Parts: sequence; structure tokens; C-alpha cells
Amino acid sequence: MTGRYAAGATVQVRHGSMSGHYRTPAYVQGKIGSVVRLHGEFPNPESRAYGATGLPEQPLYMVRFRQHDLWGDYSGESADSVVIDLFEHWLAPAEEQDV
Amino acid sequence: MPRTHDLGGLPAGAIDQAEHATEPWERDVFATVITSIFDAGLINLDELRRAIEDIPRDDYARLGYYERWTIALETLLIQKGVVTLAEIEEKLRAIDARGHVA
Repeated sequence: MTGRYAAGATVQVRHGSMSGHYRTPAYVQGKIGSVVRLHGEFPNPESRAYGATGLPEQPLYMVRFRQHDLWGDYSGESADSVVIDLFEHWLAPAEEQDV
Repeated sequence: MPRTHDLGGLPAGAIDQAEHATEPWERDVFATVITSIFDAGLINLDELRRAIEDIPRDDYARLGYYERWTIALETLLIQKGVVTLAEIEEKLRAIDARGHVA
């Protein structure tokens, strides 16, 4: 099982087309997060949603985001975070930041 | 603009967290969808989600959870040729005519 990103890698979520089925919520698109781990490879729901097989399987990661990075007016603890499962084609390498 | 279901972070009112009883028709819809996916293999879960997301925005906001499932299932089974709209309408007329479902 191979993936482009290792645990701890800093990644930026791509902005994608909103016209079809996607499982990358708008509120993380463009945001920078940190890879927690690679879940494995799974059929791509974006094509499977239209009757295709979703193959080849795509790497799926657990990615952690600081709540402060997602919401400009977040008033909770600085350590608060949210983890989201994201497919590799939604991710790009990002400069190392304090995430 | 994000798809209809992609609501994270949008302004919203208070969430009604009260429990409510499951209606018999909701159980029927649940069973029919799950059977269509896992037993009959007629549709897959991603297609169901896509068909739910395709419901026009105003309808999506107005409809209940299993009402969305019902519309999505109907859309998919018609798209795949499992049933026709005419067959569904004929069945609905028959139910109306006798005044009860079962």
C-alpha cells in the first residue's frame, strides 16, 4: 500500500469542481492540514457515484486541521482540531507550517 | 457554490435534537434502499448520495431524511431501467383508488 504522503506531511487541500459528487467539504478546500495516516486505497466515490467502478483505487488519508485555521472567528482552544478523510488527488504538498 | 448537502460552516439556527418515532414508511424506505444496494446490487452508496445531492436546493431543505432517500431511490431505479415512471404512477393511482396502502 503506497501513498504519496507520509504521516506528519503538511498538505494543502485543492479547490475542486463543485458540479459533481465530492466528499471534500468546502470548508477545508484551500486549507492546510497535517496527514495523520494513510487509511489505504479505496474506489473513487466521485466516479462511482455516476455508475463507474471507481477504479483504480485511490489513496485515502486522515488529515488533521486546526479549528483556528478553518474558522476565522473560532473562539475555542488553540489545540482544537478536526480530522477529515480525504483522497490523495485533493491534496498538494504544502510548505511546512505550524499545524 | 458548494453542493446542496455541503453545509459545514454555513449559518444555521438551533438544531432540534428531540428524538422522534420512526414511521412505518421510513422503515420500508430504509429496507428497500439497503436491499437495492447490498442484496440486489442495483445501486451503490455513492450513487445514492449523488442522487440525494441532486435534489433541488429548496426541496432538499424542505424534505425529511427518508423523503430524500425516497426521491433518490426513485431517480436511480428509473435511470437504471429497473422501474419506469409510468409504473410508479400507475401504482400510486391504484393506491389512491383503494384509499389505503396495504
